[in-house]
Parts: sequence; structure tokens; C-alpha cells
Amino acid sequence: MSDETTGTGRADSVQPVGIERKGLFGAKGTGDTSGFGGLVQAAPTAGEIVSTPAPLGGYFDEIVDALRELLGEEAVRAVVVDRGELTIYIAPDRTAEVCKAMRDDEGLRFELCDSVSGVDYPDQRNRLHVVYHLTSMTYRRRVRLETAVGLDHPVVQSVAEVYPTADWQEREAYDMFGVVFEGHPHLTRILMPDDWEGHPQRKDYPLGGISVEYKDGAHIPPPDERRAYK
Amino acid sequence: MTTTDHSSADAYAAERDTTEGRVYTVTGGDWDELVASVDPVSEERLIVNLGPQHPSTHGVLRLVCELEGETVRSVRPIVGYLHTGIEKNMEYRTWVQGTTFVTRADYLAPIFNETAYCLAVEKLLDVKVPRRADVIRVIMMELNRISSHLVALATTGMELGALSMMIYGFRDREKILDIFEAVCGLRMNMAYVRPGGVAQDLPANGVQMIRDFVEYMPKGLDDYEGLLTGNAIWQERTQGVGYLDVSGCLALGVTGPVLRSAGLAWDLRKTMPYCGYEEYDFEVPTHNGADAWARYLVRLEEIRESLKIISQGLDKLEPGPVMVEDKKIAWPAQLALGADGSGNSLNHIRHIMSQSMEALIHHFKLVTEGFRVPAGQVYTAIEAPRGELGIHAVSDGGTRPFRVHMREPSFVNLQSIPALAEGGLLADVIAGGASLDPVMGGCDR
Repeated sequence: MSDETTGTGRADSVQPVGIERKGLFGAKGTGDTSGFGGLVQAAPTAGEIVSTPAPLGGYFDEIVDALRELLGEEAVRAVVVDRGELTIYIAPDRTAEVCKAMRDDEGLRFELCDSVSGVDYPDQRNRLHVVYHLTSMTYRRRVRLETAVGLDHPVVQSVAEVYPTADWQEREAYDMFGVVFEGHPHLTRILMPDDWEGHPQRKDYPLGGISVEYKDGAHIPPPDERRAYK
Repeated sequence: MTTTDHSSADAYAAERDTTEGRVYTVTGGDWDELVASVDPVSEERLIVNLGPQHPSTHGVLRLVCELEGETVRSVRPIVGYLHTGIEKNMEYRTWVQGTTFVTRADYLAPIFNETAYCLAVEKLLDVKVPRRADVIRVIMMELNRISSHLVALATTGMELGALSMMIYGFRDREKILDIFEAVCGLRMNMAYVRPGGVAQDLPANGVQMIRDFVEYMPKGLDDYEGLLTGNAIWQERTQGVGYLDVSGCLALGVTGPVLRSAGLAWDLRKTMPYCGYEEYDFEVPTHNGADAWARYLVRLEEIRESLKIISQGLDKLEPGPVMVEDKKIAWPAQLALGADGSGNSLNHIRHIMSQSMEALIHHFKLVTEGFRVPAGQVYTAIEAPRGELGIHAVSDGGTRPFRVHMREPSFVNLQSIPALAEGGLLADVIAGGASLDPVMGGCDR
């Protein structure tokens, strides 16, 4: 961890995935005479989340309004509509409350929690995101809830009480990203061995692998150390 | 009879003899105390590790069972033995290469993994695949659903001692794998469905092979029904075993045939159609048993429905491209089929090697660098043989997936094993687990 506060800690040996890009053609030193060598491109995933202005269209307004009415304005931090999908950003310490409202309210009725997954955005202050996909079988609707925590306090409220199916999926998010789900009945590793160190799907965790040696000493390095386009 | 004489009998007596045997009345929370004083075996709890290498656990699944005699008091499924880091690996490959990774997750339903992933990539790219590609995808998915259900029937049969069912199931699955081999050169892990369409068109004899299979399969199904449905042992082993009702399914996120066996006709092909499923005429079979027997019946009927869909798909096939027109995305899709799998597109090679240097450069960039996918995230879900297969794909605008998460039905459904099996007999753990049809490659990814 080189820099805990910016959350950009990353071993330099690891090939960058989804982080700030420097230069356009990958030339270092004097090779690039195009002038693009000094170009710095921020990753599109690095910035703040910008809400989509209302009206959102379709049933999206209905859901967001119902949620605001039930739990107050501050329950919804941001609302993004992209590619016909609704994402509601919520606070990490209110996930269970929001999910309970989403499940029980007559106008919402999201009976099924499809998926809980983690995403690591290394350029963001709160880099560990937890994403819930809910389905309303009654209304045939889908919604995505998203919350984010930083490495300094990676604690998200567990929704396993509301949706028992989240049990294993939260364990997976803990295993792979190190998100701690508060209130989970037995938060242990699930896919990796119990004594594994680190959280493999964080962006600063190397892919690993060994190079393959061919006849006459040719080496093919493992995928994360191969040359790649910028 | 004294039992009917309520006025004189003490309703709160601790025990009384009836024609049914001795009846104990418990009014408080002193269950354990009473059971301990009555049942001499209860102190003997035996911990049995079933698996991870066990022929009856559907792959490398470990079940830690706490037994009291033959009765299972608790089951703890332990997964992860087949974790291969597919999701992590994909972050280091291009979007097209991603199909070769997802296809290896649930190895009995590779076409579904590919299609779900490609639908996600296409949604991120905002491209629409040609109609012929959609129809081919549907045909291939339904063939794959049949082959997966056949393995489910075969392995369940094997695990419950019906070994002939295993032979028949795998025999008929082989016919589907032959079709797959003719279409894409490989029997499994085909990477046939690609972002933007499919890797290549059906071969000249493809349609005829599929028609022959559609004609053949109902006879096979009749055989299975003759073998199992009326079989008293099969009924005894499956009826009332592994019970999980609708509310249990929803709480535990269980979808697919298991949910439909509990009576809820939730099938994403009907409720949230994709790939043009709304154009096909088929039923969603359901049952009310919510047990292993009902799941067996649902799977059998789903095979018949899949055959209907395949026939309709073959009729819908019209000549046309099988890959999007956009050359910035599309890999050459008119491939020659070699003896060892899909080969090259000879016209394309001629074009890039001897006609156009720009085409060569474009081809090189497309294959080595890949195409860029606009930043954002999507979730697409399809009805896989085991339930909802969801792909949560995140792009940062680059040529590689930023994150791909597979919502695997095997992983989610396996959580319900304790609910299915606790309180039942040890033998029913196997029947209940088999009725979920988990595939560990998908579960552990």
C-alpha cells in the first residue's frame, strides 16, 4: 500500500488495469516525438458520481420517489440511469434498511436479490464498491443498488437478514475484496482457502502466474507482465 | 378409548399411550431435555465429511454432515475447490477473449455463459446483433439446455442407483455434442457466441443434423419416462424429498427448475425476454410438489419445450450475416471448419495478406489490442438450465473488462442444501443435492 489516503496504492510491478494512463503511444523517454507523450488521461471511472437529472423516465422515478418518501431524502445519495438501467447509490451503513424497504413496500416489492458483487475502483477515495441487483417479480423490474467504502473503514451493513441469499454472495465479496459486512452471521472466506492472505480481486493484487519457457530459452511471461496497449 | 375422552384425560400430561404409539406433549422449550430422556441414540452425533472427492456430490463439493443415526441434523456445504479465478483473469484479456473464460465456468452450459456475457458486452457497446445470429443463439442455447438437463437426469439417476439412466442420458447428450462439434468444432468450451454475433455460421449439414435430433429426442424421453416415472423405487427416492417451497426459494435466491418445481412460473425467457424469445411459442412447465420428484418432471417437460423452440428456430432461420457489420468490433465470422476445430476465414486471409495493408493493420489491432467499450456498467440475466445466470460487467472505457461478475445459479442454489436436507435422512441429502443440479465449475468459477 503506497498511499492509503488516495487509495491508489499499487505495486509498480503490476500491470495497470483501469487506472490513470500516461502518454498515448506508450513511448518512454525520447521515443515519442508526437507530443502526446506527456498526455495524462484520467480513467473514466475515477471521478465523482453525477446524478441523472429528473425525470428519469419509466418506472425509475416511481422507485426513487418511493424510496425517498420511505427513508428520507438522504437515503438516496445519487441516482444514475445508464443504458436503460437504474442505479441508486446509498450509504454503506443503511443497506439493510434500504433493502428491507425495497422488499416490503407494496409499490416496490423487490422480492429477489439476484446478485451481490464487489468492484474495486482504485482511483476513487471510496474504492471498494458493493453492488446489489434486485428484481421485483411482481412488477418485473430490476434495480441496482450501489454503495462504496474506503480501505480505512471497509464496513458495509449486511443484508443477509433481509435477503438470506446474500449470505454466500457477501462472503464472496469479503473474500475477493475485503469488504467487511457488519451483521453477517459468519463472515468467512468462501472460494479461497481459509488461510489465504489478501483479497484477490482488488486491482492492486497481482494476477500471478509463471512464465512459460520454450525451446532455446524463449520465455512467454505471465499475462499480467506481458506487453500491452495503453 | 381414553384418548377421545377429553374431559377426563389430562391434556397436559407429559406422555400417554395411543394406538399410534407413545405420544409426548411438550409445552415449553424443554425439547432437548425430553428427547434426551427418551431417545438413547441422540447423544451420539457423528460428523461425516461427504466429499470433496465423492461420486455423489456432483463434482468437488464438500458436505459436512452432522448425523444422529441416519438422520441429518445439520449440513454445511463447503465450496471453492474448483475456484480458477475466471473473473480475475478476464481483467487481463480483451473483451472478445473473455468469452473463452466464461465458457469454462459452468462447463455443462457453455453456450449460456457465452451468451449472457456477450449480451452484457453488446449492451455496453449498444450494438444489436443480426437476426440470424439471435436465432442461432437460441437454437444453440436450447440444445445446450437439453444436454445439460440430460446430464442432470443421468447423474441424478446414477446417484440414486439407476445406472441405466446414466448410460441413456449420456448417450443422448452425445448426439447434441456431435451437433456442437459440427457447428463450432468443439464439444464444450466452444467460445462460439462472440460479442456482436456468433463465431461462424451453421455448417451446410447443420440444420439437417439438428432436425434429425429433434425427431429422435422424443423417443429418448419416452424411454426415460418408461424407465423412471412409473418406477416405484425412483418415486420413493424422490417424492417428498428435498422440499423447498416458493417462499424458501425466493429467500434463498433459488431460481430455475427448482423454483418452477415449487409452482412459480418464473422463467426469464418469458418474464424478461432476450434474444427474441418473445417470438417463440412454448410453455413454462411447473409443478406443485416442490420436491426432487417435481424437479425431475419439470426438467423432462422443459426438454420437450426446448425441442419445440428448436423446431421454431430452424423455421425462422433466414440467410443473413451472423456478425455485426461494424468492422471495428466484428471478427471475421465466415470460418472454414478444420478437422481440429474452427479454422480460418480463407477469404479474409486473402484480403488482408494480398489485397489491403490497411485491412491487415485493422485486423492486427482488432485481434491483439481489441475494441474499446464505453465506460459504464450493465447487468444482463438469462435463463440458464440451473436458473438465472447474470453477468455484471463494468467497463472503464478500455479494451479489457474492468470487472465481470457472474451471478452463477449453481453458487446461489447450493446455499439451499441445509434447508433441503436437514432433518431428513442421509440418503436424501444426495437426492436433494442432485435435484438442485449444481455444477461446481460454475459455482466456484
